[in-house]
Amino acid sequence: MSATLPVGPRTNRIGLTKAGYEGGKSTLCLGCGHDVVTKQIINAFYEMGIEPHRVVKLSGIGCSSKTPAYFLNRAWGFNAVHGRMPSVATGAILANPELIGIGVSGDGDTASIGIGQFVHLVRRNIPLVYIVENNGVYGLTKGQFSATADTGSVLKGGAVNELLPIDLCGLSIELGCGFVARSFSGDMKQLQAILQAALSHRGTAVIDVISPCVTFNDHEGSTKSYRYAKDHEEPLHDIGFVPYFDDTLAEIPPGEVKEVAFPDGSLVRFHTVGRDYDPTNKDRVLEVLHESRKAKEFLTGILYLEPEKPDFARILNTIEEPLSHLGEDRARPSREALESILESYR
Amino acid sequence: MSTVLTPGISSTDAGVMINDFSLQIATANGSGSQTANNVLLRSIFRMGVPVSGKNLFPSNIQGLPTWFTIRANKDGWIARKRELDVLVLMNPETAADDVREARSGACVIHEKKLGVEKLRDDLRFYPVPFSELVMKVPLPPEQAKLRRLIVNMIYVGVVAGLMDIDPTEIEASIAKQLHGKKRAIDLNLAAVKAGLNYAVWTFPEKLAYRVERMNATAGKLIIDGNAAAALGCLFGGATVCTWYPITPSSSLCESFIEFCAEHRIDRATGRSTAAIVQAEDEIAAIGMVIGAGWVGARSFTATSGPGISLMSEFLGLGYFAEIPAVVFDVQRVGPSTGLPTRTMQGDILLCYYNSHGDSRHPILFPATPEECFTMAQEALDLAERLQTPVFVLMDLDLGMNNWMSDPFPYPHKPFDRGKVLDAEGVRRLEGSWGRYKDVDGDGIPWRTLPGTPSPEAAYFTRGTGHTPMATYSEKPGDWVQNLDRLARKFETGRTLVPKPIFFDRPGATDGILAFGTSHHGTLEAQDRLEREFGLVLDYLRVRALPFGEEVKEWISRHEKVYIVEQNRDGQMATVLKDEMPEFASRFVSVVQYNGLPLDATTVAEGVLSDRGKEERP
Repeated sequence: MSATLPVGPRTNRIGLTKAGYEGGKSTLCLGCGHDVVTKQIINAFYEMGIEPHRVVKLSGIGCSSKTPAYFLNRAWGFNAVHGRMPSVATGAILANPELIGIGVSGDGDTASIGIGQFVHLVRRNIPLVYIVENNGVYGLTKGQFSATADTGSVLKGGAVNELLPIDLCGLSIELGCGFVARSFSGDMKQLQAILQAALSHRGTAVIDVISPCVTFNDHEGSTKSYRYAKDHEEPLHDIGFVPYFDDTLAEIPPGEVKEVAFPDGSLVRFHTVGRDYDPTNKDRVLEVLHESRKAKEFLTGILYLEPEKPDFARILNTIEEPLSHLGEDRARPSREALESILESYR
Repeated sequence: MSTVLTPGISSTDAGVMINDFSLQIATANGSGSQTANNVLLRSIFRMGVPVSGKNLFPSNIQGLPTWFTIRANKDGWIARKRELDVLVLMNPETAADDVREARSGACVIHEKKLGVEKLRDDLRFYPVPFSELVMKVPLPPEQAKLRRLIVNMIYVGVVAGLMDIDPTEIEASIAKQLHGKKRAIDLNLAAVKAGLNYAVWTFPEKLAYRVERMNATAGKLIIDGNAAAALGCLFGGATVCTWYPITPSSSLCESFIEFCAEHRIDRATGRSTAAIVQAEDEIAAIGMVIGAGWVGARSFTATSGPGISLMSEFLGLGYFAEIPAVVFDVQRVGPSTGLPTRTMQGDILLCYYNSHGDSRHPILFPATPEECFTMAQEALDLAERLQTPVFVLMDLDLGMNNWMSDPFPYPHKPFDRGKVLDAEGVRRLEGSWGRYKDVDGDGIPWRTLPGTPSPEAAYFTRGTGHTPMATYSEKPGDWVQNLDRLARKFETGRTLVPKPIFFDRPGATDGILAFGTSHHGTLEAQDRLEREFGLVLDYLRVRALPFGEEVKEWISRHEKVYIVEQNRDGQMATVLKDEMPEFASRFVSVVQYNGLPLDATTVAEGVLSDRGKEERP
């Protein structure tokens, strides 16, 4: 009789099963692209073997902002006010730099009401994976245009958007963001590699995910419908991500491969598709982005990378331990210090 | 002490007021008069005489009129005095108006070429050719530009000579003000000497208002409330400070930056133990405070009324999601841009009921720099104890003016971090912990901090309806239960906020109630009403909202209560009427809302005009 070992559920490098990364049941519309993103977030944290209790998952208001409740139940969720998640994330991560931050926002939450805070988050380079689930429409208030809606896109009721869209990736690159990516909720493999790379980045990582709204913006004439996105997505490269703890080779064969290393030792390997693309050459990146916009294509992949950029805590030169836990010994100067200060006012 | 300055002539005149006067200096903004004015203030202080300084400045960097009022008072009254005794007129733009508005008998020291002595014959004029005197101060040609600044030191010398301010104290004050920079000190002393000599040799008699050395300021400080509040945050363990510049609060955070640069550097690493962020606006500033408070940092922001308006949505979230935050509101005159450089107690209702829906917030009202120091610490403690935003309501008068203050006591209590469960605490509860459960009956739940290493410690923070276990809920019963618990928590807060202070006098049946900087004029008015009009009143200084039982009990003992405040609509009276409707008919508002710090005469007049009404048939 041959003995077989009982096969337990698969676990990751810290011994957790995928169930340890799941969240509550989604209450979004059936077939919503956001749920696909949620699933990839769960996979990414699981694959990276990140301890859920170290994670803060923040959002603003809107359909996308509901999703942090649908992943990582054992992490700390925060539904902020509309468009203001970046400031809450900034305070939380500055106060405790040991936390791993992920923010989920939408195009309305980021590009309309929240554009100011988004800009300053990027400018400060707060360590946060910032995902925009971009569908060009306000879902939760039933289908108004957002600031990323493409010119000429048509609402269900027939209204046509005449304004230019805000390109969040182009904006982020201009602002000096050290990690800018775009993906499509229909391209799970690419999204997974991007998410894992973003989690290794120490700084703001902006990921603009085209995630069509099945209820209000998935019809003929919408440039953010599944069909339009599928037909016009143009991957820049295949991405392979090698985390610092994994010494296996990425699945991308050598050839036209460019590697970019993160400070923690992780590697992103780009295998360019069709054109010579260097994600560290800012001028060239912006040029390619402009060309794709003219051609009405969604350029996907990791568009820009600058992994060594100092984050805000380094600029402020704050201690590495959590400020949140300092007691009187470190956060209350001595009696003599008070005396000497008071003396200067006499 | 060097003897660069010659001592003034001695005073023997009869009818001279010693250590009891109000002196106002009129200059143009940006003319560098601030140093000179503070030298005068400090010199009187150094002579042991209680003193206060009020800077009345425009919303402008250079050119518009500005006035600085110094009050010296042997009895320790340091409120603004409405009646001016001595005027120093340096600004041609306002000189005529200043003379026209002066009270009869006032002394006027003025630039000679202004020619204002023709305007009135009931004032005593002391013309001084400042612009000529300053040309005689020896200056190398490359520093000729400095004459514009040192002309101010000439009036310091004139005032010192005519009012008996000890030149050695002027010299010491200049040295302190100029941080010991020898060349600058010598130059300024030369200007002081020019003024002093001119006054002594020109005018046959000195002013009827003079300074005489006494011993009432030993050990005391001269400090502004913003610096004091910043020190409170420094010693209160604040580790995150966020702000957006706005007058009159900016110097609170700027002071905190300075203090932290010296006193919050980690010895081992040379890094800072405080994160200070100048935010992109007030919304971001409060968002960062809430994010930091959520993970357990003692965090604060400072702003003024317009900033509070912007913060309202976040403050409602802070109330409902139960996150500690401390907000200093250094009030200025509103509505809208209002008078950004003038003082007001106008944000009581804005802060107390801030944000939409049923929300209410504790407010502390410091009246002195010492209380700015202690209440900053109390606010940080209360915010964590009650897990809610806590306001500290200061005002421009307290925040930006220089006050004589008792030295600040070194804090003797450890930080109160409130009800925080660690991983072990959560484990011991065996799955029964709920973020919003009221296990102690005081309405205050136990919280965990993000990062706590436990699979059961995490929870979801949201502004939408939630259950005691922090799960999403739109059920009417869950909503009501949660709001009722928040109300219960607020009642607990009522017992924890700073208690009022009683200034009761035997035989009084009526009382005055005041708070914050209205204290100083009110306390003086209480004394004057008894001395000058035989009207004995008790006085209660409220130090916080919500009112504790002591306030209600005190009001119940008084037939009539005058509510003194610096706003048009009687905002504190509104809260009192709302919370104690049974006493509503006892309240009479005495208000001042002209942008100037409250003075005792206004309070006394308000009370007397009400008594006048009463006595009519």
